[in-house]
Amino acid sequence: MKFVCSVCGYVYDPQLGDDAADIAPGTRFEDLPDDWVCPVCGVGKDDFEPEE
Amino acid sequence: MEPIKIKENLWQIPVTDWNIRDFHGYSVYSGTTYNAYLSTGSKNVLFDTAKKGFGEHFFGMISKIIEPNKIDYIFVNHAEPDHSGLLPEAVERIRPDKIFLSETCGKAITDHYHGKDWPFEILKDGQEVDISSRKVVFLETKMLHWPDSCFSYLKDDGILISSDAFGHHWATSGRYDDEVNSEELVRHSKKYFANILLPFASLIKKLLRRTADMKLKINMICPDHGVIWRNNPDRIINLYDKWSESKLESREKKAVIFYDTMWQSTEKMAYAITDGFKLQNFEVIMMNLRANHRSEVMTEILDGAIVAAGSPTLNNGIMPTVSDMLCYMRGLKPSGRIGGCFGSYGWSGESVKEIGEYMAKAGLEQPCGAIKAKYVPTEEDLQKCRQYAADLAEQYLNHIKGE
Ligand SMILES: [Fe+2]
Ligand SMILES: [Fe+2]
Ligand SMILES: [Zn+2]
Repeated sequence: MKFVCSVCGYVYDPQLGDDAADIAPGTRFEDLPDDWVCPVCGVGKDDFEPEE
Repeated sequence: MEPIKIKENLWQIPVTDWNIRDFHGYSVYSGTTYNAYLSTGSKNVLFDTAKKGFGEHFFGMISKIIEPNKIDYIFVNHAEPDHSGLLPEAVERIRPDKIFLSETCGKAITDHYHGKDWPFEILKDGQEVDISSRKVVFLETKMLHWPDSCFSYLKDDGILISSDAFGHHWATSGRYDDEVNSEELVRHSKKYFANILLPFASLIKKLLRRTADMKLKINMICPDHGVIWRNNPDRIINLYDKWSESKLESREKKAVIFYDTMWQSTEKMAYAITDGFKLQNFEVIMMNLRANHRSEVMTEILDGAIVAAGSPTLNNGIMPTVSDMLCYMRGLKPSGRIGGCFGSYGWSGESVKEIGEYMAKAGLEQPCGAIKAKYVPTEEDLQKCRQYAADLAEQYLNHIKGE
């Protein structure tokens, strides 16, 4: 499932991962490390919500 | 325009836009300023620039201090064109050795000014840069209010160059908080917060905690719009702390009612709801959207506990003025407030439902539902409107009593 940053609107797409943070494509949001932050605005995982 | 000497080797370059009245949809009825700062010494350093079109004033002010081409470094705290618009011209004239900015800001500047080969020097959050006459601590303040937003803190001086934060759109000849009307200063600062920073309130709370933890000595706050807080920088810090509260209990006992009307039926409801709040000893403000700018309405909403929006049903929907306001409010997310919806209708009556959907997306719960009246409200309908206000007021009062 995709997750949306409630601060800036960035969408985490597990199919894409997060290249800049060495997160491989296919990584579920739940499996992201606890210290992963939004690549756009820098808030933590707590500020993300599942995409409707 | 004249540069202002803040202290030895430190200047404000206040480009004053006296006649601007519309700042990307925000009404700036008293103009604004775009402030840059210049530190002089064995290295001359410019912090930010100003809006495009003001080059003559901007470089004219700098020339009264030093020849612009004597500037060695430029710090870019924010990529938005009101502060970076003169950057291409500045780079051209100054040929700086280094342009200091965050990685995010570097990308944003490149996306604005496209393919320029500029001497970027990327800084990390918290990094210190020695500019010979003073030390700069560079702080990344992402989403305050763009991803590229940063502060430059002059360590030995205890001076915070804060980009858009702590600023206000107000063109004045006084350049310090103690040189302008103090209530008006708060009013403009509040408006700025409500219209620019509100969606990022939780990040402001974090930032204030961070600066407190860092024990930053703050003698002056130098924003990129408006006056310098030198007499009492704590005043604006404390106001930001209050305005960024997320909880309903931190709001004032105040209701804001905004609406539009076709044949004064929704307006009659607005008057009755206003009366209902007054009877509950609430401060209440009633704003017809044909007479009040959306940015003024947001300013009132900032400290209010209750927001009620009204529109008649027009062609199975709401009036364009009301959707304008609701669309604007939805983006600014004034959550932690109670919402109400009202409106008159003739046959179908969809308006309140549509208002409610916008309100939900803005983060406003509507514990009392909505209220409608057919064609022209009767005395009974108006009594229901007064009661509706009383019910909304009670929600708030019960909440603060902790029930
Ligand atoms: Fe900005
Ligand atoms: Fe700005
Ligand atoms: Zn984000």
